[in-house]
Amino acid sequence: MQRIEETVKPYDQNFTTMVPTGFVKFMRTCLIWQFLRFIAINIKMIIVVRKSHG
Amino acid sequence: MARLVVMGGGVSGHTAATFAKDWLGDEHEVVVVTPNSQWNWIPSNIWVGVGQMTKEEVVFPLAPVYEKAGIDFRQAKAVSIHPNGGEKSDKEYITIEYTGQGKEGQTEEITYDYLINATGPKLNFGATPGLDEGHTVSVCTADHAVHANLELKKVFEKAKTEKQKILVGTGHGMCTCQGAAFEYIFNIEHEANKAGVRDNLEIKWISNESFLGDFGIGGLHMKRGGYAASSRLFAESLYSERGIPWIIGAHVSKVEAGKAHYELLDGSTGEEEFDFAMLIPPFAGVGLKAYDKDGSDITDTIFAPNGFMKVDAKYDAGAYENWKASDWPRTYQNPTYSNMFACGIAFAPPHLISKPMSSVNGTPINPTPPRTGMPSGIIGKNVAHSVCDLIKKGPDAHLHEASMAEMGAACVASAGKGLTDGTAAALTVYPVVPDFEKYPGLGRDLDYTFGEIGLAGHWIKHILHHLFIYKAKLKPGWTLIPE
Ligand SMILES: Cc1cc2nc3c(=O)[nH]c(=O)nc-3n(C[C@H](O)[C@H](O)[C@H](O)COP(=O)(O)OP(=O)(O)OC[C@H]3O[C@@H](n4cnc5c(N)ncnc54)[C@H](O)[C@@H]3O)c2cc1C
Repeated sequence: MQRIEETVKPYDQNFTTMVPTGFVKFMRTCLIWQFLRFIAINIKMIIVVRKSHG
Repeated sequence: MARLVVMGGGVSGHTAATFAKDWLGDEHEVVVVTPNSQWNWIPSNIWVGVGQMTKEEVVFPLAPVYEKAGIDFRQAKAVSIHPNGGEKSDKEYITIEYTGQGKEGQTEEITYDYLINATGPKLNFGATPGLDEGHTVSVCTADHAVHANLELKKVFEKAKTEKQKILVGTGHGMCTCQGAAFEYIFNIEHEANKAGVRDNLEIKWISNESFLGDFGIGGLHMKRGGYAASSRLFAESLYSERGIPWIIGAHVSKVEAGKAHYELLDGSTGEEEFDFAMLIPPFAGVGLKAYDKDGSDITDTIFAPNGFMKVDAKYDAGAYENWKASDWPRTYQNPTYSNMFACGIAFAPPHLISKPMSSVNGTPINPTPPRTGMPSGIIGKNVAHSVCDLIKKGPDAHLHEASMAEMGAACVASAGKGLTDGTAAALTVYPVVPDFEKYPGLGRDLDYTFGEIGLAGHWIKHILHHLFIYKAKLKPGWTLIPE
C-alpha cells in the first residue's frame, strides 16, 4: 500500500481511480495463485482463439 | 502452374506465404518480397527496449526458412503494382527494388497470378514536425528498440544523481498501437525500480486516447465484482498504482530537443519537457503506387488516401451514427482486381473503432484502428486459404471470411519482465470491432472479454515469444500452432 499512499494525492488526477489493495498486489505475484490463473487464462484464451478461427 | 506473390514478410505476410506454400505444394509458386533479411517478433521489441532481451533473441534470418519451405525469397521492397500488365504484355506484375542478396538498388518486374499485400505500416514520423530528428526514440523495429535501450540506460545513469523526466505515448493525434507504448512505459517503470532510480524519475504518459484504456478499440468492458467494468478503470488503476500521471486526448503537434508541444481536445495547448521520450509515430500505408497498362496512375483506385489497400469493406458508411460491424471486410479481396488481396495492417479499415473526436479547433484527436498480431495472423491465413482455393478449385471457389467484427483478439501487455516478479495484463476482447446490434450497449460478449493483471500473464507472454518464433521458423508441428 505504500506506493499508493505516496502516489494518490487528495483531489489530484488519480484520486478517483480504483487502487489495488496490498492483498490484490500480493496475489498478482503469488506463485500458487498465479499458477492456477495461468491455467484458467490459457483455457479462456484458447476458447477465444478457437472461436476466432471460424 | 500459378504464381502467388506476397508483398511483406511480417506477421501477416509470413503467415499467408508459409501456409499457402504448405497447401499448394510444388505445383505452384509462392514468392515473398520483403526488404528485411530478418524476421522480427515485434511484440518482444519492448523487452529489447529496456535491455531485457537482445536484438538476436527477437529476430532470425528469413532466407534459410524460405529455402526449406520452397518459397522464392526476394529481399526487396515492392514499389508499384501493374494489375493490367504493361507495354509488353497484359500479364499483371509488380516492380521491386532489391535491398539485399547482393543486388541492392537493382529493380525487377515480377509477374503474378495472385497478389497479397501484407506490407504493414509505414512509420510516418514525418507527420509530426521534429519526431524523426533524434529527439525521441521508438520501439517499433528491433533496431529502434536497441537504440531506445541505449538512451534509456543513459537516463537511468543520470537518475542516480539527478531528477530525470520520461515521456511515453503517442506522437500524433491519429496514432494507433497505444498498447506498445503502454507496455513500454510499465516496463520502464519496472526496470527503474530494479535499478533503484525510480525516486529520481518522473514518468508520464501522453496519448491521443479520449480515456485511458481506449487502446484504439474504444475500450472494453469486463466482468468484475458483479459489474461490467470499463477498461478505463483498470488502466487508470494501473497508472495510479505505479505513480504515472497521464495526459490524454492529446495531439503531439511538434517535438523539439527535450520538449513536446501538444494540443488537447478542449483546444488548449501545452508543452511537456523530457529527458527521454518514446512516442509512437502514426501509421500510413507504405506508399505503393499502381499503374494502368498505359502507364497512367491508378493508385487512387486501389489504395485509400492513407495508403492502405481498399478491400471488401463498406467505405461510404458516412457519419459515426451509421457505422456498423458489418462495414468491416470479410474476404480482404480488392473490389477492382479480384486476384489482389490485402491482410494485416495493409488493408484500409472502413472507419474508426474508437469514437471519433476532434479538438474545438477541428484537429482530429482519436486513435486509429489497430490490427494486432492475432487478427493480422488470422486474416493472413484466411486470405492464403482463399487464394489456394482459387488456384486449385477455379475462380468460383468460395472465399474464406475473417471479419474483425466476428473475431476476438488475445493480447498480453507486459508490465515488467521477470519470471517471479514480472506482471502482464492478459486480455481477450470479443469481437475486436464492437457489434452494437448483436451485443447492445457494450458491443462485446462479456463471456469472452476479460482481463487480469498478474504473473500468469507474464508467463503467457514469455511462452508466446518462443512459440511464435518457433512457428515462424516452420519447426515441426508449426501448422498446429494457432495464430
Ligand atoms: C512495439 C510493438 C509491440 C507490439 N506488441 C504487440 C503484442 O503484444 N500483441 C499483438 O498482437 N500485436 C502487437 N503489436 C502489433 C503487431 O506487431 C502488428 O499487428 C503486426 O506486426 C502486423 O502485422 P503485419 O504483417 O500487417 O505488419 P508487419 O508485421 O509490420 O509486417 C510488414 C512487413 O512488410 C514489409 N514491408 C514494408 N514495406 C514493404 C514494401 N514496400 N514491399 C514489401 N514489403 C514491405 C516490412 O518490412 C515487414 O516485414 C506490436 C507492435 C509494435 C510496434
